[in-house]
Order: sequence, then structure tokens, then C-alpha cells
Amino acid sequence: MLLGLQHLLGIETLTREQITFILDQAKPFQELQRNPLKKLATLRGKTVAIAFFESSTRTRISFTTAASRLGADTMNLQAEASSLKKGESLLDTVRTLDAMRPDAIVIRHSSSGAPEFVSQRLEIPVLNAGDGTHEHPTQALLDALTIRDRKGSLEGLNITILGDILHSRVARSNIQLLSKFGTRITLCGPAMWIPRELESLAPNVRRSFSVEDALSGADVVLVLRVQTERIHEPSLAPEEYILCYQLTPARLRLAKPDALVLHPGPMIRGLEIDPAVADGAQSAVLEQVTNGLAIRMALLYHLVGGAPPDAPHPAKG
Amino acid sequence: MKVVEKRQLLSAEEIGRTLQRLAHEIVEKSGGTKDLALIGVRRRGVPLSQRLAKIIHTFSGIEIPVGVLDITLYRDDLSTVAPQPVVQSTEIPFDVDGRDLVLIDDVLYTGRTVRAAMNGLFDLGRPRRVRLCVLIDRGHRELPIEASFIGRGVQTSDTEIVEVRLNEIDPEERVVLVDRVP
Repeated sequence: MLLGLQHLLGIETLTREQITFILDQAKPFQELQRNPLKKLATLRGKTVAIAFFESSTRTRISFTTAASRLGADTMNLQAEASSLKKGESLLDTVRTLDAMRPDAIVIRHSSSGAPEFVSQRLEIPVLNAGDGTHEHPTQALLDALTIRDRKGSLEGLNITILGDILHSRVARSNIQLLSKFGTRITLCGPAMWIPRELESLAPNVRRSFSVEDALSGADVVLVLRVQTERIHEPSLAPEEYILCYQLTPARLRLAKPDALVLHPGPMIRGLEIDPAVADGAQSAVLEQVTNGLAIRMALLYHLVGGAPPDAPHPAKG
Repeated sequence: MKVVEKRQLLSAEEIGRTLQRLAHEIVEKSGGTKDLALIGVRRRGVPLSQRLAKIIHTFSGIEIPVGVLDITLYRDDLSTVAPQPVVQSTEIPFDVDGRDLVLIDDVLYTGRTVRAAMNGLFDLGRPRRVRLCVLIDRGHRELPIEASFIGRGVQTSDTEIVEVRLNEIDPEERVVLVDRVP
């Protein structure tokens, strides 16, 4: 296939050319979102299994909508309502889903590497919708698409990622993706969330513990959600996080005047981001959501559609 | 399998004359140009539609809007092709509702491309009328589709291929009939 991929497991193993191809292919799907009639029949008769072993609202709805707008049917598995609670193993669960003959499976799981594990045991394409603290490739792709649309190119940009980098698969996938395009990445947040090892993830990654230093000259600020279960006394009180790291209008003024603000959602207003920034002219958070649909449609089109790679080439009609 | 050229169907000059005639026919048979718009089907329908609009402007002074339609997502053979073809943009900078549309393509063969194009168009709105203009009609229809404006009708066998080569895309400008020989 053109993309040269059977699965989408992470950004780390993708080439710059494959990423560019996916971003380019998302463009016609962005335009489709503006059509009065949004439903295509392109993947009619195909079924996409959406297996979420961890709660999620936006990613699940986005994948389900992407599949249905392409004309595919979906089977939805949600951890809370499933037999997982009764003790079924991951492999047994996905094998059961696979026995209903889906044409692809989208997986979110709290264990890093779960989608790869599944991809080695099933014949169908596997798309990673977030695995543990490892990767969230479609999020990084939709972020890159949003940045590229607004800035024209990813090349040479200064990107600041703010928050809990250590536990963030969004940050990890973004670092992997952006570094392939020669951006300069600054990671900023409390020291316990930015271990030194993160600097070795990719070239041109630096750490900064001062939000003022990290924001100065930034083209893009990616604000991560602060998981409330991770901030508590004595190591870090919420008031302290807000005081030191919340993205406020005053702090955003340290970045370039046209700096773009991204947030993967769900956003906690008043904690990691000031409402005035979240709703401000520089915020692209809703654009990210729309672009997520386009990225996922492009991926499903290329991974799910089509005949096996060895099928004969048809005559031109 | 080898591909050999059998004969030339149209020279560059003949393409030019044919387009002149087609442009006049479109205006003449449209009963006014008020809602008229041209839609070029990717890939070679695009330069053809632009040339037709230019010719119409030259003799009538009227600017006819031109759009570009990509039919990839509407093809009926996607489950049989590998790899999946690249999707390109559809660029129709006007509202199709109530429009008098002329679809422009280079070759009319099975009719499946036109079927796909109509599905794509109707996702964008409800045109008042849709007609079809092709440079070459080579027969072998598999669907009940006919063109309203035809540059030239050509008898072909189904192993033959009609290749329309246009300066905007190709290194030369002419239409040739080629055949696949074992």
C-alpha cells in the first residue's frame, strides 16, 4: 500500500515521508467536513472494531464518527461494560471481537504496548488510540496538522510542551513526530514530571523548569492536562501548580505574538490553562477536534480499504 | 504486456478546434449562461474545463465559474484495488444548488467515472441540471450514461486505451489510441 503500513502503532517507527503523506491525505477529508452531506460510501460493508479498555470520550467518538462518515460500521467495546471486569484477558477479548470479522481494530489500553501485542496476534490492521504512557499517534498527527495549517510548515518551529510530560503519551508521540521535522522542543513543568531521560527521546529536546524561560520565543505552546490524581500534598499542591505553571494571558505574551495554543483535552479550566487563554484568539483547541476526524478518516481509508496487497491491478475505467 | 501506439486520434491543432466547437455548443444549448458552471473531473478534465471557460470568455466576455472534482472516494472499485489511491482535493468555489452544471472529462468509456462524479456532486448540493462533456467517447458503456457534448466518437476494442495528452500535464499535446499486446 501507498502508506507502506499495515498498522498504526506509534509515531516512533514512522518516517518523515509517511507522516507527510498522512497529513497531506487528511486535507481532502478536512474539506469533507464542510459538505452539507458528510457521509460517504467509500468503506461500505467494512466494519471497524473500537475496543477501549480505558475510558475516553473524544477519541472514541472521533474514531466512531470517522468510520461512520466513510460508510463503515463499528462495533464498540467499552471496558466498563465488558467482560474484562469478569476477568477475561486482553487476548481473549480481542480474539472474540476478531471472530465477528471486523476489518480493523482501534485499541486504547492502559498498558503500554497492548496494541502491538494485539497486532502480532491478529491478521487485521490495528490502530493505536492511546496505550499507557507510550504513544497516542493520532493525537500527534492531528496536532501536527493543526500546526502545519496555521504555521505553513513544521520546520524550524519552537515548540513548548507544558505540564506532566512523564505520564503523557500525547507528549511522547508529539516529541517523536515534531523532532523528525527539525523543530526545537522545550519541555516545561515540575521537575518530578520531566526526568532527564526525556531529553534523549529525540534530538533538539531540552528541559526547562521556568515557565517564563520555556515560553519565550515559542511558536506553539502545547498544554497538557494535569491529572488531578497526580497533584496532591506534600509534593505538589494544585495552588502551587497554578502559581508556577498555569498558562495565563500574561505568560502567553512571552511567546511570539502569533503563538498557537494547543490542548489535547479534556481541558481543566483554571488549573493548567486560564479560561481567557483557552477561549482566546490564539487557541486552536476546537480546530484540533475537527482535524482529528480528518486524520482518522485518512488513516482508516488507507489502512482498512482496498484489496490485499497482492491483488491484481485493475484496468483503468 | 507491451503497449504500442496504433494511431493518432487528434493532433494538438484538432484538440484546439474541437474545444472551440464544444465551447460554442455548450453556450448555445444552455439557454443563457446565468447559472452555468463547469466542473472538471480530475485529472485531465481539469485543464479541459479551464480551457473551455477561457474560450467562452473570449467569444462572449462571460466568466463561467469552474470547479474541480476528485472522484476517488466515490469509486466503485476500491475494494478490489491495492494500494488505495491517493485522495485529492475537490475545489468547487461556488454553491452548486440550482446551478446548471457541465461535467468535463477527457474520455467517456464504461461510465463508472461519471457515476462516481455525480455521486460526489450530489453530496455538495442539488444542481438544477447536470450534463456531460467529453473530448473522446470510445464506447463500451457499462452504465446508462451518455454525454451531451462529444468532441469525437471513436470505435475501439476493449484491449485498446485512449490516451489524452495535454500540455498542462503531459510533455506533449495529442490524443492517441494505444493497444496492449502480449
